[in-house]
Amino acid sequence: MTDAPRERPLSPHTTIWRWHLTMATSILHRASGCALYGGGLILAIWAMTLAAGPEAYGTFKAVMGSFPGKIVMFGLTLATFYHLAKGIQHLIWDAGHGYNLKTATMGAIATIAFAIAATLAVWIIAAMTGAL
Amino acid sequence: MASYRTPLGRARGLGAAKHGVGAWIAERVTAVALVPLVLWAVFAGLRLAATDYYGAVEWLTSSALNPVLMGLFVIVGFMHMHAGLRVVIEDYIEKHLTRAGLLLLNLFACSLIGALAVFSILKVALGGAY
Repeated sequence: MTDAPRERPLSPHTTIWRWHLTMATSILHRASGCALYGGGLILAIWAMTLAAGPEAYGTFKAVMGSFPGKIVMFGLTLATFYHLAKGIQHLIWDAGHGYNLKTATMGAIATIAFAIAATLAVWIIAAMTGAL
Repeated sequence: MASYRTPLGRARGLGAAKHGVGAWIAERVTAVALVPLVLWAVFAGLRLAATDYYGAVEWLTSSALNPVLMGLFVIVGFMHMHAGLRVVIEDYIEKHLTRAGLLLLNLFACSLIGALAVFSILKVALGGAY
């Protein structure tokens, strides 16, 4: 066995491709997914502190309600809606549709617009219902 | 004896490993299930953020729907987290031992933390907390 693997270019080919919207949003899809991994851990901590009792849950709420906690939650809201919208575009692509250049770019724009609009809507509702 | 065949030549004729598609489909199935679950979870999060410990316990114990959907959200969500990060690790980590270690860590962490979360939800929902 002398055939050691050769150096191969790795996807995504960021060094040879000009940046474009569908590429950037696909990379952001992966990045937001990784961020939501952290969100899943926060969800688990929510459940565990709730099961642990009022004191632990009070600490959890205090940390999440602090300014850095709110920044994290705002980012996770944005990541959630972004990953949701882009994920739907990926599911459409997996089904074999939407590869037309114009359609794909429109989907990317719709994804960004939806993520921002939905995040703002949720945080406005949060402010109005006393969730902040 | 040294083999003069190229990697492509060796792979040709062997066919696909025939087990890759399962993981790919599982990632998509969990993605589809998460679309309604995530939308529900956002509303749940808004409710929970506006209330304290006792309100949260009330929320989990007042109906069957909330703990069941929350449990499903955690299970499907952690399955999807595992599937997603697995692809990321497989794409970017080339070193064999590091890759295997990270893949195991991803699986074990998702299983353990997901199970802890589901157990906690059930404990509160079934009246272990007050």
